[in-house]
Amino acid sequence: MPMIEKVIEDVAFNLLKLAVVQLPSDVKDALNRAYKEETSDAGKVQLEAILKDIELAEKENTPLCQDTGIIIFYVKAGASAKGLDKIRAALENATRRGTKEIPLRPNTVDPFTQKNTGDNTGRYIPFINWEIVEGDAIEITAFPKGGGSENVCSLGMITPGEGVNGLKKFVIDAIIKAGAKPCPPTIVGVAAGGGADIAMKLAKASLRRPLNEPNASPELAKLENELYEAANSTGIGPMGLGGKFTVLGVRVDYAHRHPASYPVAVAFQCWAARRATARIKADGTVEYLTHKVR
Amino acid sequence: MTVYKLTTPISEEDVRKLKVNDVLYVTGTIVTARDQAHKRALEYFKQGRQLPVNLEGLAVFHCGPIVKKENDKWIVVAAGPTTSTRMDQFEDEFIKAFKVRVVIGKGGMGKRTTDAMQKYGAVYGAFTGGAGVLAAKAIKSVKTVEWLQDLGMPEAFWVFEVEDFGPLSIAIDSHGNNIFEDVKKKAEEQRMEIYKRLIG
Repeated sequence: MPMIEKVIEDVAFNLLKLAVVQLPSDVKDALNRAYKEETSDAGKVQLEAILKDIELAEKENTPLCQDTGIIIFYVKAGASAKGLDKIRAALENATRRGTKEIPLRPNTVDPFTQKNTGDNTGRYIPFINWEIVEGDAIEITAFPKGGGSENVCSLGMITPGEGVNGLKKFVIDAIIKAGAKPCPPTIVGVAAGGGADIAMKLAKASLRRPLNEPNASPELAKLENELYEAANSTGIGPMGLGGKFTVLGVRVDYAHRHPASYPVAVAFQCWAARRATARIKADGTVEYLTHKVR
Repeated sequence: MTVYKLTTPISEEDVRKLKVNDVLYVTGTIVTARDQAHKRALEYFKQGRQLPVNLEGLAVFHCGPIVKKENDKWIVVAAGPTTSTRMDQFEDEFIKAFKVRVVIGKGGMGKRTTDAMQKYGAVYGAFTGGAGVLAAKAIKSVKTVEWLQDLGMPEAFWVFEVEDFGPLSIAIDSHGNNIFEDVKKKAEEQRMEIYKRLIG
């Protein structure tokens, strides 16, 4: 068995490549359905271009969008897995290699000096969201996040008195304000409670849930559907040129809140909803969960 | 909705035929310019300095591409559009100074640009955001690149030869129409209705 850090690096490299080249099947299915059901001419032209782009990227094994994002990983680390202390370095190496070999666009800029490091690594980047779980496996999700959709993410500290109604208004306002900017049809992640940082983290994390997987809570599933219908009655449409499909899905999550606070976070993901997940077992074998890998 | 295929340099007469919701494919020369390149090109104009190409009748593309060098040749890997609103502050002057006929981007542009397009004869063609490979496919060669050293790959001024670059949804025409503004206005008007349905 090769060294664990090498396995992790290779898997992370593969995940970055899979993510930027090939959308998960649930996203492709949703875009196909949108194309079939879209009624506006301009919207249909845009969705057709999207489907062509997806096909070309897969055929040519090349990133489907030039903005390959800020690199984010979600790691579920089995408490008894080997090599946990090697994960960060392995993910950074994979990111550097991916930048050169895939290639990824160099996207890490120092906010004070405006210098680009050129290799997609930098302070806290790639960002790693850690979770410690039972067992001896390591599950890694690569989540390259584009800038256009990130720029319209929105946080509201509404009052508990406004409650769920206030939340609904805040989400619709955010979608109308975002308009064409986040490359619709988007996936919208919504989270309530926790605190400012917690809500945004949950909203963003919820974007990973496949579009064909309903919310485990029937009440939240109902809220997701209501918000989905509402978002798609704004008429913003594909790329903001007007039409039925402004969003492909709405995901809702929450944490319990402080009695005085009601944080609402809205995170946007562009139609190029890129993510790829794999599980590395203790014996070094790898299972890819979001993509078929030969 | 009419589909047009135009070759650069595009005349003012041809560009004025285009109406919002038409679809355009461009063949010929297009140049990329984001915030920094717009700023610098306008500085050059004020100083009377030459740009590497004459922009009259060409298309300017809001794009920061991924480009790689193979055997001393530039290959465009992905080249989708970036959000155009950031260029609103430069575009009216840019259209006036260089007489570009087509502005390509995503997300739309505001009144200042719409007015300049009406006055000088230009259109805004929305290229699908994120469709980086589709765009790259239509780029046949890189003619030249300026300001790569200090502006870096995404911000540099790339000059591309393209064939049937599109589809571009004409979202702002030279007659004062702006689809993005219309869609936004309609969405705003829907807001109260949507609240009512959601909240009762």
